[in-house]
Amino acid sequence: MSQSFRIAHGGRIDRDNQLKFSFNGKTYTGQAGDTLASALLANGIHMVGRSWKYHRPRGILSAGAEEPNAIFQLEKGEKTIPNARATQVELYDDLDASSVNCWPSLDFDLLSINSKVSRMLPAGFYYKTFMWPKSMWMKYEHIIRKASGLGKSPEVNDTDRYEHSHRHCDVLVAGGGVAGLTAALAAGRAGARVILVDEQSEFGGMALSSHDKIDGQPVSEWIQAAVAELQEMPEVMLLPRSTAYGYHDYNFLTINQRLTDHLALHKRKGGREKLWHIRAHQVVLATGAMERPLVHSNNDRPGIMLASAVSTYVNRYAVKPGERAVIFTNNDSAYQTALDLNAAGAQVIAVVDARSQSSSELAKMVRSAGIEVMNSSAVVDTTGGKRLQSVQVMSLSSDGQSVSGQRRTLSCDLLAVSGGWSPVVHLSSQSGAKAVWNEEAAMFIPGKPVQSQASIGSANGTLELKHSLIEAVDAGNAAARACGFESSMKAPQSDAVDSDPIMPLWLVPSDKEKGREPKAFIDLQNDVGSADIELAAREGFHSVEHVKRYTAMGFGTDQGKTGNINGMGILAKTLNQTIAETGTTTYRPNYTPVTFGSMAGQNLGSRLFDPARKTAMHGWHEENSAEFEDVGQWKRPWYYPKAGETIHDAVNRECLATRNSVGILDASTLGKIEVKGKDSAKFLEMMYTNNWMKLPVGMARYGFMLGEDGMVMDDGVTIRLAEDHFYMHTTSGGAAGVMSSMERWLQTEWPEMEVFLTSVTDHWATAAVVGPNSRKVVSAICDGIDFSAEAFPFMASRVGKIGELECRVNRISFSGELAYEVNLPANFGRFMWEKLMEAGSQYDITPYGTETMHVLRAEKGYVIVGQDTDGSVTVDDLGMSWAVSKTKADFLGKRSLSRPDTARKDRKQLVGLLTELPDSVLPEGAQLVNDPGAATPVPMVGHVSSSYYSACCGHSIAMALVKNGRQRMGETVYAPLSDGRVLKATITKPLFYDKEGAKSNV
Amino acid sequence: MLLIECPWCGERDESEFSYAGEAHIARPLETEKLSDEEWANYLFLRKNTKGLHREQWNHAAGCRRYFNVERNTVSYKISGSYKIGEQGPVGDET
Repeated sequence: MSQSFRIAHGGRIDRDNQLKFSFNGKTYTGQAGDTLASALLANGIHMVGRSWKYHRPRGILSAGAEEPNAIFQLEKGEKTIPNARATQVELYDDLDASSVNCWPSLDFDLLSINSKVSRMLPAGFYYKTFMWPKSMWMKYEHIIRKASGLGKSPEVNDTDRYEHSHRHCDVLVAGGGVAGLTAALAAGRAGARVILVDEQSEFGGMALSSHDKIDGQPVSEWIQAAVAELQEMPEVMLLPRSTAYGYHDYNFLTINQRLTDHLALHKRKGGREKLWHIRAHQVVLATGAMERPLVHSNNDRPGIMLASAVSTYVNRYAVKPGERAVIFTNNDSAYQTALDLNAAGAQVIAVVDARSQSSSELAKMVRSAGIEVMNSSAVVDTTGGKRLQSVQVMSLSSDGQSVSGQRRTLSCDLLAVSGGWSPVVHLSSQSGAKAVWNEEAAMFIPGKPVQSQASIGSANGTLELKHSLIEAVDAGNAAARACGFESSMKAPQSDAVDSDPIMPLWLVPSDKEKGREPKAFIDLQNDVGSADIELAAREGFHSVEHVKRYTAMGFGTDQGKTGNINGMGILAKTLNQTIAETGTTTYRPNYTPVTFGSMAGQNLGSRLFDPARKTAMHGWHEENSAEFEDVGQWKRPWYYPKAGETIHDAVNRECLATRNSVGILDASTLGKIEVKGKDSAKFLEMMYTNNWMKLPVGMARYGFMLGEDGMVMDDGVTIRLAEDHFYMHTTSGGAAGVMSSMERWLQTEWPEMEVFLTSVTDHWATAAVVGPNSRKVVSAICDGIDFSAEAFPFMASRVGKIGELECRVNRISFSGELAYEVNLPANFGRFMWEKLMEAGSQYDITPYGTETMHVLRAEKGYVIVGQDTDGSVTVDDLGMSWAVSKTKADFLGKRSLSRPDTARKDRKQLVGLLTELPDSVLPEGAQLVNDPGAATPVPMVGHVSSSYYSACCGHSIAMALVKNGRQRMGETVYAPLSDGRVLKATITKPLFYDKEGAKSNV
Repeated sequence: MLLIECPWCGERDESEFSYAGEAHIARPLETEKLSDEEWANYLFLRKNTKGLHREQWNHAAGCRRYFNVERNTVSYKISGSYKIGEQGPVGDET
């Protein structure tokens, strides 16, 4: 083991449990309890990546969710995770990590030339340069994408399992630091159902990195006792490794729990992540605060870290991030870092403090430890390449606007910076409480809650432990009381700490001439510098939201958690306004990135996301080599190719066999709705365009349903089973919509009607037996029905028996042939199908699929709603006005039929098309023109809605919607195609086969 | 995600419901007597209210009943649910 920067004692790591890991192909060791970042630092590795735009070396900045630089690709293949924050990745054995955004390697990066020409890459550079000429963008983009961007998307399917879980609770506490634990204790002791969520593996938050005391005991012991007590409470649920990432309406929070990411790959079992959907009566936000960096020239070198992160690495992980440290701060908290480093045996060269004085207890302790404190000073520049080598310090004016005097160089390998603290107001803001600027504390704090919610502790801007504990107890008690519990816990005690106020410092002035100063970065992940903000403001981008989008400040995986506030400060100053006037960008979910797997959960594929529906005969179709087609969620046989057949061969064979002898189609997918009750006929009168009152029992009728706009919505055949009982067919895809629509009319408009609707689509298996021999086939297996033409006419429905089973046979036809639809309860579907196949074998009964069904109906000009109609087509447009009653007082959509545009005589109308060449089949969707040679834009007169080769006609046939088409019989239209061909076609009636209708009349 | 009270089933997540548009649009009784403008008003024109809005919801993944909700389109706060044919929350102008 090297781990030469590991401190000999202390920390919360497991020194007995050493782990191996690899970073950019080299093997290192760390300890259980390390994060990937702390393990790298223990091995002296600071530089972990290259920056997005300039490819500058970058190091670990933070110790938490805000990390902009240490973004890695973990693992390979199906386990790969792009853009993992090393500061939040728990180390596990054999972890494999590599840097993103360096090519070809971290140490030798070809694109670092961008850094040398950075003056040529200002904000908006890509917009300004590469969008012209427009046609070249596609070429530029390819190269730009390679040069920038973060991790690589996985190229294989994620094999992990993800789950969703739903919960209700009285009190949800987000954040398990000392404040959150205290609030949870208060509510939990009162008996409330509490869920405490924390993103880390251990509860305790920032306190795990501190030496604070609560009730006289070290904070770590207090935390241990608090967690133990909460674990004992039956109504309390603790969710570690869980990020509350979204706060939605009605106290609904989304929380992502990482279940196995901390384990070695071979030890992972079960689901990887669980997405909790939690609806809480009361929410307490104890999400803490994040330290912000200071913006000075060359503030992005590896070895420059947030002061609190340095303390965390020292105290929690027993890692020394440097040997010779300089602290640069504008507030008191970083003084603790000086003491922590000092205690760890690092040399603290100086505390550079922007403020003119620092006289708190903490500052005194630093001075008495022999550490130089340089007040009224600022770090103006740094040197170093892959690691910080020195900082340059100058005197800072009391208003923070200028530096003066000599540059003093301090040689160091670590610069710990603190620009103050930003409360994590993300969840509070998402809940609707707009963050408000607190001038005195120089921070945005949560606004007035708009949901049942309270922010406490440093998330509320209350940085001092003593006051944080009081707020936490009050919030916990209040939340429990709001849920009806008695709650009166007293606040745990902690000592008061004195401190000097912060001196806001958004941009450290440079001693260099304006425009000549080296880059000072605000957003390290997106390489946005202070000059970019100033440029954006000069170019007229004044809204903070526009500046964000123009400069890319606050984008990316970290969403500007560290630097945004500095950018807003700089923007405010440039625009000569206050930060309150400038405002913040909007905080939106997600707080940290969430995997797609977690969001999808088990809603995957055809099993749960988009379930595949299969008919009772599906197995037979598969065994007989059917190709399938999706119709809505249904899998329908498309055609049944025999060996060596193309789709065209198969369809031609199926068509001819059906027309000449007999074919069989699985029609089970048609929507089927039972309409029952004394007002059923009256109801159908409103739903359909034609008459239903006088339909005799045992007879069927074809009908159109319209929307109230008069356009065709659905069609189908409905049978009257009894005076008060109808059996309705809908299109396969439209069944659910028709059912909902009918329910809505009944429930909301005609509640007085006594009508009951029941979907029975899945209850029946239906086989359509079609063709001249169909009567012989069906009558051979059905008993109790007289199949003679006189006794069983077209559009009649009869009940008979197949063996012992009652069947319903409907003589309806979607092909123009003599045809029967035979129905048995779905469980007997395959039995029925096989009986029919057996009975039909002597006639060479031929199974056919949807493609042949389409050809057969098109030969007869029968329309398919949704193919020949598109929501803008009326019944008259289809040439089927006979289906619309002229005598009924009302039906849905009736009034719209006389609206001027609907009643227009030259609307697009359904016609047939015959191509000039019998073999050339028009593509469906092809646009039609009168004169393909006309000047562009060529007026379009219609489009092809259905088109096939008809073996029965020996000619290609098509249906089309053509303007004024019915008046244009015999005229020529043209279909110019994308491949340059122009097909010529003649307008005909949409009827190509058996024009007299003799075949079904037998 | 809204928390919607179905008058039959109680409070449920929004994901169990489907939205069905503005409520209290009665279908005219004698449609043939309406002018084109009156029919178009019924057919196409909706209020697009900023503030209190009465709307129909369907408990699609539950009891499948349609009912009315009064919701503030700015704050998304729901002031009440009521069955078709019932009076809505009292005192709210919509």
